[in-house]
Amino acid sequence: MIKVSFKGAEHTLEGNTTVRKIIAALGLNPESVLAMRDGKLIVNETFIGKEAEIRLISVVSGG
Amino acid sequence: MGYRCRKCSGDSVINMRQHRLALCEDHFIEWVQKHAAEFIRKHRMLEPEDRVLVAVSGGKDSLSLWSILLDLGYQADGIYIDLGIDRDRDESGYSKRSLQYAVEFAQSVSPRAKLHVLDIKAVYGRSVTEIARGGMGAKRKYCSACGLVKRHELNRMTRELGYAVLATGHNLDDEAAVLMGNSLNWEVEYMARQALVLPASSTGLVKKVKPLARFYEREMAAYAIVRGIPYIMEECPFSEGATSLGYKEVLNSMERKSSGTKLKFYFEFLKAKKKGLLPNYVPPELRLCEKCGEPTGSTGLCAFCRLIERPARPVGVDTLE
Ligand code: SF4
Ligand SMILES: [Zn+2]
Ligand SMILES: [Zn+2]
Repeated sequence: MIKVSFKGAEHTLEGNTTVRKIIAALGLNPESVLAMRDGKLIVNETFIGKEAEIRLISVVSGG
Repeated sequence: MGYRCRKCSGDSVINMRQHRLALCEDHFIEWVQKHAAEFIRKHRMLEPEDRVLVAVSGGKDSLSLWSILLDLGYQADGIYIDLGIDRDRDESGYSKRSLQYAVEFAQSVSPRAKLHVLDIKAVYGRSVTEIARGGMGAKRKYCSACGLVKRHELNRMTRELGYAVLATGHNLDDEAAVLMGNSLNWEVEYMARQALVLPASSTGLVKKVKPLARFYEREMAAYAIVRGIPYIMEECPFSEGATSLGYKEVLNSMERKSSGTKLKFYFEFLKAKKKGLLPNYVPPELRLCEKCGEPTGSTGLCAFCRLIERPARPVGVDTLE
């Protein structure tokens, strides 16, 4: 299982997928977030195996 | 697996689909700096000897901008306007937390660059939250008051501190969102005024530039992260429901389906403007405000002075949006 954190919330998802699919599974737009693994940025095309901890960061700020 | 850096085939940290370009950490930093330098030169934003003041909010864009300008060798200092904003509207927690990030960055570049801090409450007796509450009960009154205070004080401080140019961290998404709002309402005048460089005026408006307007917001967040610049990720409590956020969402969903949409929307606008497709923007005749001496289009007091002179409403009368 992979753990995904976004805005303080934790989500658990099935592994063996891409970052882009993980982002979409959470109902987010890949254009609006960045993904990190082990403190490093990874691209949306990265394949994620069975176990991983991913952190998503919103890049949109407004006002 | 994943995408390889186009330059060195190392692990890429970002894939910029609109440029069909994936890059590793080092090559991404190099790419951003190179294109920022070219953009600044092409649009004559800064001269090498200019003393530049960067409007710093503690967010990813303004801190990245400050860092980039210093890396490019510019003499760039920062200014933080402490607006005194917080969620419960009577404290300044959000502004204070943002300030911490600005201070932290300033310490990392000291003594090469310094940070000026202007505390609105200390100077004018009231925070922006309190000033806004004195105003009309309009929707989004906090943002209108905040925008007015920032514009006025940044112009005043740039001039009084003797800087040649004020640089702001507007990215392409910010500019595209403004353009979208103006296009939807056919605000041709505003569109004519939307520019990368606003020249100085003889009446005391300082020169203003937007060196990051060619980069996506996502790239600037990535830049701050790979450069190890901590920034405030928390949003301003008053930004909720802001129209600009709605426009950004729409633009990003179009971008998702067709990469390059935002880039094209904004750059084709700049090109169209250059070709004369919009009326020439004629700046209004400006006078100097009787009280603060800042340029203004109105007679007597400027909009800023009128705003801060309004009596404060007693707490509790505040209408929540
Ligand atoms: S969201 Fe509104 S109140 Fe908050 S900083 Fe931006 S303009 Fe000011
Ligand atoms: Zn590389
Ligand atoms: Zn005034």
